[in-house]
Amino acid sequence: MTTLLFPVAAVGRTTLMILATIGQIAIYAGQTISHMFRPPFYFKEFIHAVMTIGYFSLPVVGMTAFFTGGALALQIYAGGARFNAEAVVPSIVAIGMARELGPVMGGLMVAARVASSIAAEIGTMKVTEQIDALVTLSTHPMKYLTVPRVLAATLAVPVLVAVGDLIGIMGGYVVGVTRLDFNSSAYLHNTVDFLEFIDVFSGLVKGAAFGFIVALMGCYYGMNSGRGAQGVGKATKSAVVAASVLILASNYLLTELFFSA
Amino acid sequence: MIELQNVHKAFGDNKVLQGVNLTIQTGESMVIIGGSGTGKSVLLKSVLGLIKPDSGVIKLDGQDVATAERDAFLARFGMLFQGGALFDSLPVWQNVAFRLLRGSLKRPIEEARAIAIEKLRRVGLKSAVADLFPAELSGGMQKRVGLARAIAAEPEIIFFDEPTTGLDPIMAGVINELIREIVVEMGATAMTITHDMSSVRAIADKVAMLHDGIIQWTGPVAKLDDSGDPYLDQFIHGRAEGPIEAVR
Repeated sequence: MTTLLFPVAAVGRTTLMILATIGQIAIYAGQTISHMFRPPFYFKEFIHAVMTIGYFSLPVVGMTAFFTGGALALQIYAGGARFNAEAVVPSIVAIGMARELGPVMGGLMVAARVASSIAAEIGTMKVTEQIDALVTLSTHPMKYLTVPRVLAATLAVPVLVAVGDLIGIMGGYVVGVTRLDFNSSAYLHNTVDFLEFIDVFSGLVKGAAFGFIVALMGCYYGMNSGRGAQGVGKATKSAVVAASVLILASNYLLTELFFSA
Repeated sequence: MIELQNVHKAFGDNKVLQGVNLTIQTGESMVIIGGSGTGKSVLLKSVLGLIKPDSGVIKLDGQDVATAERDAFLARFGMLFQGGALFDSLPVWQNVAFRLLRGSLKRPIEEARAIAIEKLRRVGLKSAVADLFPAELSGGMQKRVGLARAIAAEPEIIFFDEPTTGLDPIMAGVINELIREIVVEMGATAMTITHDMSSVRAIADKVAMLHDGIIQWTGPVAKLDDSGDPYLDQFIHGRAEGPIEAVR
Protein backbone atom coordinates (compact mmCIF):
# COMPACT_ATOMS: atom_id res chain seq x y z
CA MET A 1 0.00 0.00 0.00
CA THR A 2 2.82 2.38 0.98
CA THR A 3 4.59 1.61 -2.30
CA LEU A 4 1.41 2.42 -4.20
CA LEU A 5 1.28 5.81 -2.51
CA PHE A 6 4.79 6.79 -3.66
CA PRO A 7 3.65 8.46 -6.91
CA VAL A 8 0.91 10.35 -5.06
CA ALA A 9 3.40 11.50 -2.41
CA ALA A 10 5.78 12.65 -5.15
CA VAL A 11 3.01 14.69 -6.80
CA GLY A 12 2.11 16.18 -3.41
CA ARG A 13 5.71 17.09 -2.63
CA THR A 14 6.18 18.69 -6.05
CA THR A 15 2.93 20.65 -5.69
CA LEU A 16 3.97 21.95 -2.26
CA MET A 17 7.42 22.86 -3.59
CA ILE A 18 5.92 24.76 -6.53
CA LEU A 19 3.51 26.62 -4.26
CA ALA A 20 6.33 27.51 -1.85
CA THR A 21 8.45 28.80 -4.76
CA ILE A 22 5.55 30.89 -6.09
CA GLY A 23 5.14 32.40 -2.61
CA GLN A 24 8.86 33.14 -2.31
CA ILE A 25 8.94 34.75 -5.77
CA ALA A 26 5.89 36.88 -4.90
CA ILE A 27 7.60 38.09 -1.70
CA TYR A 28 10.83 38.75 -3.63
CA ALA A 29 8.90 40.73 -6.27
CA GLY A 30 7.17 42.77 -3.55
CA GLN A 31 10.48 43.53 -1.85
CA THR A 32 12.05 44.52 -5.18
CA ILE A 33 9.21 46.95 -5.97
CA SER A 34 9.35 48.40 -2.48
CA HIS A 35 13.14 48.98 -2.73
CA MET A 36 12.65 50.78 -6.08
CA PHE A 37 11.13 53.72 -4.24
CA ARG A 38 13.58 53.91 -1.32
CA PRO A 39 17.11 55.34 -1.46
CA PRO A 40 19.95 54.75 -2.02
CA PHE A 41 19.64 54.48 -5.81
CA TYR A 42 22.52 53.07 -7.84
CA PHE A 43 22.27 55.08 -11.07
CA LYS A 44 25.55 53.82 -12.55
CA GLU A 45 24.48 50.20 -12.10
CA PHE A 46 21.10 51.05 -13.68
CA ILE A 47 22.72 52.57 -16.79
CA HIS A 48 25.05 49.57 -17.05
CA ALA A 49 22.04 47.23 -16.84
CA VAL A 50 20.15 49.21 -19.50
CA MET A 51 23.09 48.78 -21.85
CA THR A 52 23.54 45.08 -21.11
CA ILE A 53 19.87 44.14 -21.16
CA GLY A 54 18.57 46.56 -23.77
CA TYR A 55 21.21 47.75 -26.17
CA PHE A 56 23.19 44.51 -26.45
CA SER A 57 19.98 42.48 -26.96
CA LEU A 58 19.07 44.50 -30.06
CA PRO A 59 20.84 42.23 -32.61
CA VAL A 60 19.25 39.00 -31.39
CA VAL A 61 15.78 40.55 -30.99
CA GLY A 62 16.08 42.28 -34.37
CA MET A 63 17.07 39.11 -36.22
CA THR A 64 14.34 37.09 -34.52
CA ALA A 65 11.73 39.73 -35.40
CA PHE A 66 12.87 39.98 -39.04
CA PHE A 67 12.61 36.26 -39.73
CA THR A 68 9.37 35.95 -37.73
CA GLY A 69 7.80 38.77 -39.76
CA GLY A 70 8.92 37.15 -43.00
CA ALA A 71 7.63 33.70 -42.03
CA LEU A 72 4.36 35.25 -40.83
CA ALA A 73 3.85 36.91 -44.22
CA LEU A 74 4.39 33.59 -46.02
CA GLN A 75 2.01 31.73 -43.68
CA ILE A 76 -0.78 34.32 -43.91
CA TYR A 77 -0.45 34.44 -47.67
CA ALA A 78 -0.64 30.65 -47.95
CA GLY A 79 -3.56 30.44 -45.50
CA GLY A 80 -5.36 33.47 -46.93
CA ALA A 81 -5.11 32.08 -50.46
CA ARG A 82 -7.57 29.32 -49.46
CA PHE A 83 -10.38 31.87 -49.29
CA ASN A 84 -9.02 34.62 -51.54
CA ALA A 85 -7.81 36.80 -48.64
CA GLU A 86 -4.18 37.26 -49.66
CA ALA A 87 -4.61 41.03 -49.39
CA VAL A 88 -4.76 40.88 -45.58
CA VAL A 89 -1.08 39.93 -45.35
CA PRO A 90 0.26 43.46 -44.50
CA SER A 91 -2.35 44.23 -41.86
CA ILE A 92 -2.19 40.79 -40.19
CA VAL A 93 1.60 40.89 -40.16
CA ALA A 94 1.52 44.32 -38.51
CA ILE A 95 -1.17 43.42 -35.98
CA GLY A 96 0.37 40.03 -35.27
CA MET A 97 3.81 41.49 -34.72
CA ALA A 98 2.61 44.40 -32.57
CA ARG A 99 0.17 42.46 -30.41
CA GLU A 100 1.75 39.04 -30.04
CA LEU A 101 4.87 37.98 -31.85
CA GLY A 102 6.95 41.12 -31.24
CA PRO A 103 6.55 41.07 -27.45
CA VAL A 104 6.46 37.28 -27.01
CA MET A 105 9.38 36.43 -29.30
CA GLY A 106 11.34 39.44 -27.99
CA GLY A 107 10.54 38.48 -24.40
CA LEU A 108 11.59 34.86 -24.93
CA MET A 109 14.83 35.87 -26.63
CA VAL A 110 15.62 38.31 -23.80
CA ALA A 111 14.75 35.55 -21.31
CA ALA A 112 17.24 33.22 -22.98
CA ARG A 113 19.93 35.86 -23.16
CA VAL A 114 19.42 37.97 -20.05
CA ALA A 115 17.75 35.77 -17.39
CA SER A 116 20.50 33.19 -17.86
CA SER A 117 23.31 35.73 -17.69
CA ILE A 118 21.87 37.50 -14.63
CA ALA A 119 21.30 34.20 -12.79
CA ALA A 120 24.80 32.97 -13.64
CA GLU A 121 26.43 36.27 -12.62
CA ILE A 122 24.58 36.65 -9.32
CA GLY A 123 24.82 32.91 -8.62
CA THR A 124 28.59 33.05 -9.06
CA MET A 125 28.72 36.12 -6.83
CA LYS A 126 26.84 34.19 -4.16
CA VAL A 127 29.06 31.12 -4.42
CA THR A 128 32.23 33.22 -4.21
CA GLU A 129 30.93 35.19 -1.18
CA GLN A 130 30.68 38.44 -3.14
CA ILE A 131 27.08 38.89 -1.93
CA ASP A 132 28.27 38.54 1.69
CA ALA A 133 31.06 41.00 0.89
CA LEU A 134 28.46 43.51 -0.35
CA VAL A 135 26.61 43.24 2.95
CA THR A 136 29.78 43.75 5.00
CA LEU A 137 30.48 46.83 2.87
CA SER A 138 27.12 48.27 3.98
CA THR A 139 25.50 47.73 0.58
CA HIS A 140 22.10 46.04 0.32
CA PRO A 141 22.40 43.32 -2.37
CA MET A 142 18.78 43.79 -3.45
CA LYS A 143 19.27 47.52 -3.97
CA TYR A 144 22.64 47.13 -5.67
CA LEU A 145 22.00 44.04 -7.81
CA THR A 146 18.27 43.38 -8.18
CA VAL A 147 16.63 46.81 -8.38
CA PRO A 148 18.85 48.26 -11.17
CA ARG A 149 18.46 45.12 -13.30
CA VAL A 150 14.70 44.77 -12.83
CA LEU A 151 14.10 48.48 -13.43
CA ALA A 152 16.36 48.49 -16.48
CA ALA A 153 14.66 45.44 -18.00
CA THR A 154 11.17 46.83 -17.31
CA LEU A 155 12.04 50.02 -19.18
CA ALA A 156 14.33 48.61 -21.88
CA VAL A 157 12.31 45.61 -23.10
CA PRO A 158 9.34 47.75 -24.32
CA VAL A 159 11.84 49.73 -26.42
CA LEU A 160 13.25 46.43 -27.73
CA VAL A 161 9.71 45.30 -28.51
CA ALA A 162 8.99 48.54 -30.41
CA VAL A 163 12.16 48.12 -32.46
CA GLY A 164 11.36 44.42 -32.94
CA ASP A 165 7.84 45.31 -34.17
CA LEU A 166 9.29 47.65 -36.79
CA ILE A 167 11.89 45.13 -37.93
CA GLY A 168 9.30 42.32 -37.98
CA ILE A 169 6.94 44.41 -40.10
CA MET A 170 9.89 45.17 -42.34
CA GLY A 171 10.59 41.43 -42.61
CA GLY A 172 6.99 40.90 -43.72
CA TYR A 173 7.33 43.79 -46.17
CA VAL A 174 10.52 42.39 -47.72
CA VAL A 175 8.95 38.95 -48.19
CA GLY A 176 5.65 40.48 -49.36
CA VAL A 177 7.26 42.67 -51.99
CA THR A 178 10.05 40.37 -53.20
CA ARG A 179 8.42 36.93 -52.91
CA LEU A 180 4.66 37.51 -52.98
CA ASP A 181 4.54 40.30 -55.59
CA PHE A 182 2.85 42.90 -53.40
CA ASN A 183 3.02 46.50 -54.52
CA SER A 184 5.45 48.28 -52.21
CA SER A 185 3.33 51.37 -51.65
CA ALA A 186 0.08 49.40 -51.22
CA TYR A 187 1.78 47.10 -48.66
CA LEU A 188 2.90 50.06 -46.56
CA HIS A 189 -0.53 51.72 -46.78
CA ASN A 190 -2.29 48.56 -45.68
CA THR A 191 0.15 48.17 -42.80
CA VAL A 192 -0.43 51.68 -41.46
CA ASP A 193 -4.17 51.90 -42.17
CA PHE A 194 -5.19 48.87 -40.14
CA LEU A 195 -2.82 49.27 -37.22
CA GLU A 196 -4.45 50.87 -34.16
CA PHE A 197 -2.99 52.51 -31.08
CA ILE A 198 -4.12 49.68 -28.79
CA ASP A 199 -2.25 47.12 -30.93
CA VAL A 200 1.06 48.85 -30.30
CA PHE A 201 0.28 49.95 -26.75
CA SER A 202 -0.71 46.44 -25.59
CA GLY A 203 2.54 45.08 -27.03
CA LEU A 204 4.60 47.66 -25.17
CA VAL A 205 2.82 46.93 -21.88
CA LYS A 206 3.51 43.24 -22.46
CA GLY A 207 7.16 44.12 -23.11
CA ALA A 208 7.39 45.93 -19.77
CA ALA A 209 5.79 42.99 -17.95
CA PHE A 210 8.08 40.50 -19.69
CA GLY A 211 11.16 42.61 -18.90
CA PHE A 212 10.17 42.70 -15.23
CA ILE A 213 9.66 38.92 -15.23
CA VAL A 214 12.95 38.14 -16.99
CA ALA A 215 15.16 40.22 -14.69
CA LEU A 216 13.26 39.18 -11.58
CA MET A 217 13.67 35.49 -12.38
CA GLY A 218 17.37 35.95 -13.14
CA CYS A 219 17.94 37.77 -9.85
CA TYR A 220 15.74 35.47 -7.74
CA TYR A 221 17.33 32.25 -8.93
CA GLY A 222 20.83 33.78 -8.82
CA MET A 223 20.34 34.92 -5.22
CA ASN A 224 19.02 31.48 -4.28
CA SER A 225 21.68 29.57 -6.20
CA GLY A 226 23.05 26.38 -4.67
CA ARG A 227 26.75 25.79 -4.03
CA GLY A 228 29.34 25.11 -6.70
CA ALA A 229 29.19 24.98 -10.48
CA GLN A 230 26.22 22.62 -10.38
CA GLY A 231 24.25 25.02 -8.16
CA VAL A 232 24.91 27.94 -10.51
CA GLY A 233 24.03 25.81 -13.54
CA LYS A 234 20.75 24.75 -11.97
CA ALA A 235 19.93 28.35 -11.03
CA THR A 236 20.59 29.47 -14.61
CA LYS A 237 18.37 26.75 -16.07
CA SER A 238 15.58 27.44 -13.58
CA ALA A 239 15.70 31.18 -14.31
CA VAL A 240 15.26 30.67 -18.06
CA VAL A 241 12.52 28.04 -17.68
CA ALA A 242 10.59 30.07 -15.09
CA ALA A 243 10.94 33.30 -17.09
CA SER A 244 9.76 31.60 -20.31
CA VAL A 245 6.74 29.95 -18.68
CA LEU A 246 5.76 33.15 -16.87
CA ILE A 247 6.09 35.15 -20.08
CA LEU A 248 3.68 32.84 -21.89
CA ALA A 249 1.25 32.74 -18.95
CA SER A 250 1.27 36.50 -18.42
CA ASN A 251 0.93 37.00 -22.19
CA TYR A 252 -2.38 35.15 -22.06
CA LEU A 253 -3.57 37.15 -19.05
CA LEU A 254 -2.61 40.48 -20.63
CA THR A 255 -4.28 39.50 -23.90
CA GLU A 256 -7.45 38.72 -21.92
CA LEU A 257 -7.12 42.09 -20.20
CA PHE A 258 -6.72 44.09 -23.41
CA PHE A 259 -8.76 42.21 -25.96
CA SER A 260 -11.35 39.98 -24.25
CA ALA A 261 -14.80 40.49 -25.74
CA MET B 1 34.40 44.27 23.06
CA ILE B 2 32.60 41.41 21.29
CA GLU B 3 30.67 38.95 23.45
CA LEU B 4 28.97 35.76 22.35
CA GLN B 5 26.62 34.24 24.90
CA ASN B 6 25.21 30.73 24.44
CA VAL B 7 24.95 31.04 20.64
CA HIS B 8 23.22 28.17 18.85
CA LYS B 9 22.84 27.58 15.12
CA ALA B 10 21.62 24.52 13.24
CA PHE B 11 21.09 23.83 9.55
CA GLY B 12 18.35 21.21 9.50
CA ASP B 13 19.54 18.33 11.65
CA ASN B 14 23.13 19.54 11.59
CA LYS B 15 23.74 21.39 14.88
CA VAL B 16 26.75 23.55 14.07
CA LEU B 17 26.93 25.87 17.08
CA GLN B 18 25.67 24.39 20.36
CA GLY B 19 26.16 27.09 22.94
CA VAL B 20 29.21 29.16 22.04
CA ASN B 21 30.46 31.52 24.74
CA LEU B 22 33.37 33.79 23.83
CA THR B 23 34.63 37.26 24.67
CA ILE B 24 37.02 39.30 22.53
CA GLN B 25 38.42 42.36 24.25
CA THR B 26 38.87 45.65 22.39
CA GLY B 27 42.23 45.79 20.60
CA GLU B 28 42.78 42.05 21.01
CA SER B 29 43.63 39.66 18.19
CA MET B 30 41.59 36.49 18.70
CA VAL B 31 42.20 33.51 16.46
CA ILE B 32 39.57 30.78 16.32
CA ILE B 33 40.86 27.37 15.31
CA GLY B 34 39.09 24.12 14.63
CA GLY B 35 38.74 21.41 12.03
CA SER B 36 36.98 21.85 8.71
CA GLY B 37 33.20 22.00 9.08
CA THR B 38 33.23 22.80 12.80
CA GLY B 39 31.35 26.07 12.29
CA LYS B 40 34.14 28.67 12.40
CA SER B 41 32.78 30.58 9.40
CA VAL B 42 29.23 30.29 10.74
CA LEU B 43 30.41 31.84 14.01
CA LEU B 44 32.11 34.72 12.23
CA LYS B 45 29.15 35.34 9.92
CA SER B 46 26.78 35.25 12.90
CA VAL B 47 28.64 38.15 14.48
CA LEU B 48 28.31 40.14 11.26
CA GLY B 49 24.63 39.33 10.91
CA LEU B 50 25.16 37.43 7.64
CA ILE B 51 23.71 34.39 9.41
CA LYS B 52 21.02 34.68 12.09
CA PRO B 53 21.67 32.49 15.14
CA ASP B 54 18.79 30.31 16.33
CA SER B 55 19.32 31.46 19.90
CA GLY B 56 21.83 33.23 22.10
CA VAL B 57 23.06 36.81 22.23
CA ILE B 58 25.91 38.52 20.40
CA LYS B 59 26.92 41.90 21.78
CA LEU B 60 29.24 44.59 20.50
CA ASP B 61 30.33 47.01 23.23
CA GLY B 62 27.38 45.88 25.33
CA GLN B 63 24.75 46.36 22.61
CA ASP B 64 22.90 43.40 21.11
CA VAL B 65 23.93 43.31 17.44
CA ALA B 66 20.45 42.10 16.47
CA THR B 67 18.99 45.46 17.50
CA ALA B 68 21.88 47.66 16.31
CA GLU B 69 21.42 50.08 13.39
CA ARG B 70 22.84 48.02 10.50
CA ASP B 71 24.76 50.69 8.57
CA ALA B 72 26.44 52.16 11.65
CA PHE B 73 27.19 48.65 12.93
CA LEU B 74 28.73 47.42 9.67
CA ALA B 75 30.71 50.65 9.20
CA ARG B 76 32.81 49.54 12.21
CA PHE B 77 33.83 46.31 10.48
CA GLY B 78 36.24 45.27 7.76
CA MET B 79 36.45 41.73 6.49
CA LEU B 80 38.88 39.68 4.45
CA PHE B 81 37.05 36.77 2.83
CA GLN B 82 38.57 33.34 2.26
CA GLY B 83 38.56 33.63 -1.54
CA GLY B 84 39.01 37.40 -1.55
CA ALA B 85 35.38 37.92 -2.72
CA LEU B 86 36.51 40.75 -4.99
CA PHE B 87 33.90 42.11 -7.40
CA ASP B 88 34.86 40.82 -10.87
CA SER B 89 33.17 43.66 -12.71
CA LEU B 90 35.09 46.42 -10.93
CA PRO B 91 38.77 47.38 -11.27
CA VAL B 92 40.99 46.81 -8.26
CA TRP B 93 40.91 50.39 -6.98
CA GLN B 94 37.09 50.47 -7.05
CA ASN B 95 37.05 47.21 -5.12
CA VAL B 96 39.32 48.70 -2.48
CA ALA B 97 37.44 52.00 -2.35
CA PHE B 98 33.98 50.37 -2.64
CA ARG B 99 32.83 51.73 0.70
CA LEU B 100 34.27 55.16 -0.01
CA LEU B 101 32.38 55.52 -3.29
CA ARG B 102 28.88 55.09 -1.86
CA GLY B 103 26.84 55.30 1.32
CA SER B 104 27.57 57.21 4.50
CA LEU B 105 31.38 57.08 4.02
CA LYS B 106 31.23 58.46 0.45
CA ARG B 107 34.19 60.63 -0.62
CA PRO B 108 34.97 62.50 -3.86
CA ILE B 109 36.15 60.05 -6.52
CA GLU B 110 39.74 61.39 -6.67
CA GLU B 111 40.09 61.17 -2.90
CA ALA B 112 38.65 57.63 -2.85
CA ARG B 113 41.10 56.56 -5.57
CA ALA B 114 44.03 58.13 -3.70
CA ILE B 115 43.04 56.27 -0.51
CA ALA B 116 42.69 53.02 -2.48
CA ILE B 117 46.17 53.41 -3.96
CA GLU B 118 47.61 54.22 -0.53
CA LYS B 119 46.00 51.08 0.95
CA LEU B 120 47.30 49.01 -1.97
CA ARG B 121 50.75 50.34 -1.26
CA ARG B 122 50.28 49.46 2.42
CA VAL B 123 49.71 45.81 1.50
CA GLY B 124 52.70 45.81 -0.85
CA LEU B 125 51.05 46.36 -4.22
CA LYS B 126 52.11 48.95 -6.76
CA SER B 127 49.75 51.64 -8.05
CA ALA B 128 49.80 50.00 -11.50
CA VAL B 129 47.63 47.24 -10.02
CA ALA B 130 44.85 49.75 -9.30
CA ASP B 131 43.43 49.69 -12.81
CA LEU B 132 43.62 45.93 -13.33
CA PHE B 133 40.62 43.66 -12.83
CA PRO B 134 40.62 40.95 -10.12
CA ALA B 135 40.77 38.15 -12.72
CA GLU B 136 44.16 39.52 -13.84
CA LEU B 137 45.70 39.01 -10.38
CA SER B 138 47.34 35.97 -8.77
CA GLY B 139 45.79 34.39 -5.65
CA GLY B 140 48.25 36.12 -3.35
CA MET B 141 47.61 39.50 -4.96
CA GLN B 142 43.86 38.98 -4.66
CA LYS B 143 44.28 38.30 -0.94
CA ARG B 144 46.28 41.51 -0.59
CA VAL B 145 43.61 43.48 -2.46
CA GLY B 146 41.00 41.91 -0.17
CA LEU B 147 43.09 43.01 2.80
CA ALA B 148 43.40 46.53 1.37
CA ARG B 149 39.59 46.63 0.97
CA ALA B 150 39.11 45.42 4.53
CA ILE B 151 41.20 48.30 5.93
CA ALA B 152 40.21 51.01 3.43
CA ALA B 153 37.66 52.65 5.71
CA GLU B 154 39.90 52.24 8.79
CA PRO B 155 37.52 49.94 10.69
CA GLU B 156 37.71 49.34 14.43
CA ILE B 157 37.18 45.60 14.00
CA ILE B 158 38.61 43.37 11.28
CA PHE B 159 37.61 39.79 10.54
CA PHE B 160 39.88 37.43 8.62
CA ASP B 161 38.35 34.26 7.19
CA GLU B 162 41.07 31.68 6.43
CA PRO B 163 43.52 34.39 5.28
CA THR B 164 46.22 31.99 4.05
CA THR B 165 44.14 29.24 2.45
CA GLY B 166 45.39 28.38 -1.04
CA LEU B 167 48.64 30.33 -0.71
CA ASP B 168 52.18 28.95 -0.83
CA PRO B 169 54.06 29.02 2.52
CA ILE B 170 56.08 32.12 1.65
CA MET B 171 53.04 34.12 0.53
CA ALA B 172 51.13 32.81 3.59
CA GLY B 173 53.95 34.16 5.78
CA VAL B 174 53.80 37.53 4.02
CA ILE B 175 50.02 37.77 4.53
CA ASN B 176 50.33 36.73 8.20
CA GLU B 177 52.95 39.42 8.81
CA LEU B 178 50.86 42.03 7.03
CA ILE B 179 47.81 41.17 9.10
CA ARG B 180 49.77 41.40 12.34
CA GLU B 181 51.38 44.71 11.35
CA ILE B 182 48.10 46.27 10.25
CA VAL B 183 46.17 45.14 13.31
CA VAL B 184 48.85 46.53 15.64
CA GLU B 185 49.23 49.73 13.60
CA MET B 186 45.48 50.42 13.52
CA GLY B 187 44.86 49.25 17.07
CA ALA B 188 41.99 47.24 15.70
CA THR B 189 40.16 44.35 17.30
CA ALA B 190 40.76 41.29 15.12
CA MET B 191 39.00 37.96 14.82
CA THR B 192 40.63 35.41 12.56
CA ILE B 193 39.46 31.92 11.74
CA THR B 194 41.98 29.46 10.44
CA HIS B 195 43.34 25.96 10.74
CA ASP B 196 46.81 27.07 9.67
CA MET B 197 48.98 26.91 12.82
CA SER B 198 51.63 29.27 11.38
CA SER B 199 48.88 31.90 11.07
CA VAL B 200 47.80 31.27 14.63
CA ARG B 201 51.29 31.86 16.02
CA ALA B 202 51.88 34.92 13.83
CA ILE B 203 48.54 36.68 14.34
CA ALA B 204 47.06 35.70 17.70
CA ASP B 205 47.05 37.34 21.11
CA LYS B 206 44.50 34.80 22.22
CA VAL B 207 43.30 31.53 20.74
CA ALA B 208 39.95 29.77 20.98
CA MET B 209 39.33 26.26 19.74
CA LEU B 210 35.89 25.43 18.38
CA HIS B 211 34.92 21.76 18.49
CA ASP B 212 31.56 19.97 18.65
CA GLY B 213 29.75 23.32 18.49
CA ILE B 214 31.32 24.80 21.62
CA ILE B 215 34.52 26.63 22.53
CA GLN B 216 36.62 23.70 23.71
CA TRP B 217 39.54 25.77 24.95
CA THR B 218 40.53 29.42 25.07
CA GLY B 219 43.66 31.11 26.31
CA PRO B 220 46.69 33.21 25.36
CA VAL B 221 48.78 32.05 22.41
CA ALA B 222 51.75 31.53 24.76
CA LYS B 223 49.81 28.73 26.51
CA LEU B 224 49.03 26.93 23.28
CA ASP B 225 51.72 24.29 23.64
CA ASP B 226 51.14 23.46 27.31
CA SER B 227 47.40 23.82 27.61
CA GLY B 228 46.85 20.29 28.86
CA ASP B 229 43.74 20.07 26.72
CA PRO B 230 43.75 16.79 24.74
CA TYR B 231 41.57 18.22 21.93
CA LEU B 232 43.86 21.22 21.43
CA ASP B 233 47.00 19.08 21.66
CA GLN B 234 45.73 16.70 19.00
CA PHE B 235 44.76 19.59 16.73
CA ILE B 236 47.93 21.67 16.97
CA HIS B 237 50.15 18.63 16.50
CA GLY B 238 48.03 17.27 13.67
CA ARG B 239 47.74 13.81 15.22
CA ALA B 240 45.30 11.30 13.78
CA GLU B 241 44.93 9.62 17.21
CA GLY B 242 43.07 11.41 20.00
CA PRO B 243 39.65 12.55 21.17
CA ILE B 244 38.85 14.26 17.85
CA GLU B 245 37.49 11.66 15.48
CA ALA B 246 39.38 11.68 12.19
CA VAL B 247 37.32 10.55 9.23
CA ARG B 248 39.42 8.25 7.05
